[in-house]
Amino acid sequence: MTNQEGRFGVHGGQYIPETLMNAVIELEQAYNHYKNDPEFNAELEALFQEYANRPSRLYYAEKLTKALGGAKIYLKREDLNHTGAHKINNVLGQALLAKKMGKTRLIAETGAGQHGVATATAAALLGMECVVFMGEEDTKRQALNVYRMRLLGSEVIPVTTGTATLKDAVSEAMREWTSRIDDTHYCLGSVMGPHPFPTIVRDFQAVISKEIKTQILEKEGRLPDVVMACVGGGSNAIGTFYHFIEDKEVRLIGCEAAGRGIDTFETAATINTGKLGIFHGMKSYFCQDEYGQIAPVYSISAGLDYPGIGPEHAHLYDIGRAEYVAVTDDEAVNAFEFLSRTEGIIPAIESAHAVAHAMKIAPEMDKNQIIVITVSGRGDKDCAAIARYRGEDIHE
Amino acid sequence: MSKIQEAFQKGKAFIPFVTCGDPDLETTAKIVRAMEEAGADIIELGIPFSDPTAEGPVIQAANIRALSGGVTTDKIFDFVCELRKDVKVPLVFMTYANVIFSYGIEKFAKKCAECGIDGLILPDVPHEEKDEFSGIFQSCGVDFISLIAPTSENRIATISADANGFLYVVSSLGVTGERAEIRSDIGKTTAQIRNYTKIPCAIGFGISTPEQAKEMSQYADGVIVGSAIVKRIGQYGRDAAPHVAEYVKSMKDAIR
Repeated sequence: MTNQEGRFGVHGGQYIPETLMNAVIELEQAYNHYKNDPEFNAELEALFQEYANRPSRLYYAEKLTKALGGAKIYLKREDLNHTGAHKINNVLGQALLAKKMGKTRLIAETGAGQHGVATATAAALLGMECVVFMGEEDTKRQALNVYRMRLLGSEVIPVTTGTATLKDAVSEAMREWTSRIDDTHYCLGSVMGPHPFPTIVRDFQAVISKEIKTQILEKEGRLPDVVMACVGGGSNAIGTFYHFIEDKEVRLIGCEAAGRGIDTFETAATINTGKLGIFHGMKSYFCQDEYGQIAPVYSISAGLDYPGIGPEHAHLYDIGRAEYVAVTDDEAVNAFEFLSRTEGIIPAIESAHAVAHAMKIAPEMDKNQIIVITVSGRGDKDCAAIARYRGEDIHE
Repeated sequence: MSKIQEAFQKGKAFIPFVTCGDPDLETTAKIVRAMEEAGADIIELGIPFSDPTAEGPVIQAANIRALSGGVTTDKIFDFVCELRKDVKVPLVFMTYANVIFSYGIEKFAKKCAECGIDGLILPDVPHEEKDEFSGIFQSCGVDFISLIAPTSENRIATISADANGFLYVVSSLGVTGERAEIRSDIGKTTAQIRNYTKIPCAIGFGISTPEQAKEMSQYADGVIVGSAIVKRIGQYGRDAAPHVAEYVKSMKDAIR
């Protein structure tokens, strides 16, 4: 994809304080060196296979396919990775890179807690210090993940500013990075932020589409008609799309969190409701008011509860290469329950947004057509919240 | 020479910061006039932003107070036009890229010129991204002020060579907010800047006491103070003006 000076079309860039500029320049130089370094790539590959359980399965969801009565549905099982989500792909890459750069401390933001847990895991494995910033609201929604991070030896700092959710955790992690750069790498969890993060994170997540392509060619002897994934910042979606971008016959669909609906203020669907802006280091689309104040977004899913989207997605949308649809809380919760019952797979509520849209389009498609849905994570973390959504109070 | 640079001709400059609309624009107007009277040489006016990533807790809180009071960019322009009937000191906006981008960069720059704004500081627009903003503002007679950080090192030459108005020298790592100690080698940075430009340098971030202001003024042409003032506004609310004036006077006296 086009990427000159960190731009994807008009999107991207480096809108950050001067204090951080040399840090991102140093990161870019290190990345450009190590991405072509056979030793680095061998180490990362070994971690992917031996530690993270890659390649992840491409599973033919026969019962789901039959239940929907249309296109053949495959699930890319990122939920089976170590730590239970796609986040580990990026984190192992960045942590290894940070270690090569001589950094001894990782900081990260987290929404649902999956990226925080992945970062805490990599820090434990590589013997690094780790501090995770998490919106206070999210520490309540995802208490189990807070415990997991602490168990793994990380410090978790609840963020009380703003809406006390993911965007505030990102702001706080950026603030922390400006105060301590020498020994610290900011392990950003999505394809967002200033260049080179959107490129680095995409490259580490691109393993998802690389594997899908090989696996689907083995199983079906042809490319899928649709690949789809949920989109918050957009890391599992870009990972799912990347190796299909040049295959124009493959539809790319990103599923945004509509919350209570895109015609309400309680939504996090950036492409559907946002406009072009500059925030968190990048130019992209953001949910904002007429004066550019960032909107307090909402979704049942803490991981999609973010007012922006990665710059490469914004560009794929601009050029018409990818579609971005909005999925409500209700639809996602239904899909969460439906996939659990039909396939015995409990998806993360984030991933359930993609499953929900597949439930809409699959019945309209021919039986010989193929959909691949990335199940970005497992849903154990969400069970208490979904039970509450259904009016049942269970103890975690 | 721009009005901003003229302000540095009368000795060391004291540059206080206030968030517009904290807690309301009437109070901000009183504070600005009181600060001018107390000896402020340039005044920084913050346009609040929902997510100010370069600010510490004190100025973050001021942004929230101002926004929940209903202040908007348009109301701030009207407020500045009104101030300009009698306030003579150079006024510099400090805000974040999205506030200007969403308003329309050109429309915003023209409004600044109409209201008599002299400069603009955008902490989330580094040298690499400034072209999108600086040309338009310079052509409207508004100085686009660049920042130099403790980490700038090899970037100092490029940033300095391209600077307008004054150079905002960030004293320390991290975000805005009072600090007990400020790094001792700041003089090295300003000396290095002197190799590349004659534009005045003002040091900001972390300065709160007259002693710190005096020390910093040895290394630069001016001293910028934000959080220590905003803290007083948080404390005294609508009655803050005399308290801020007293503080500004003590700081200005320390660097005379």
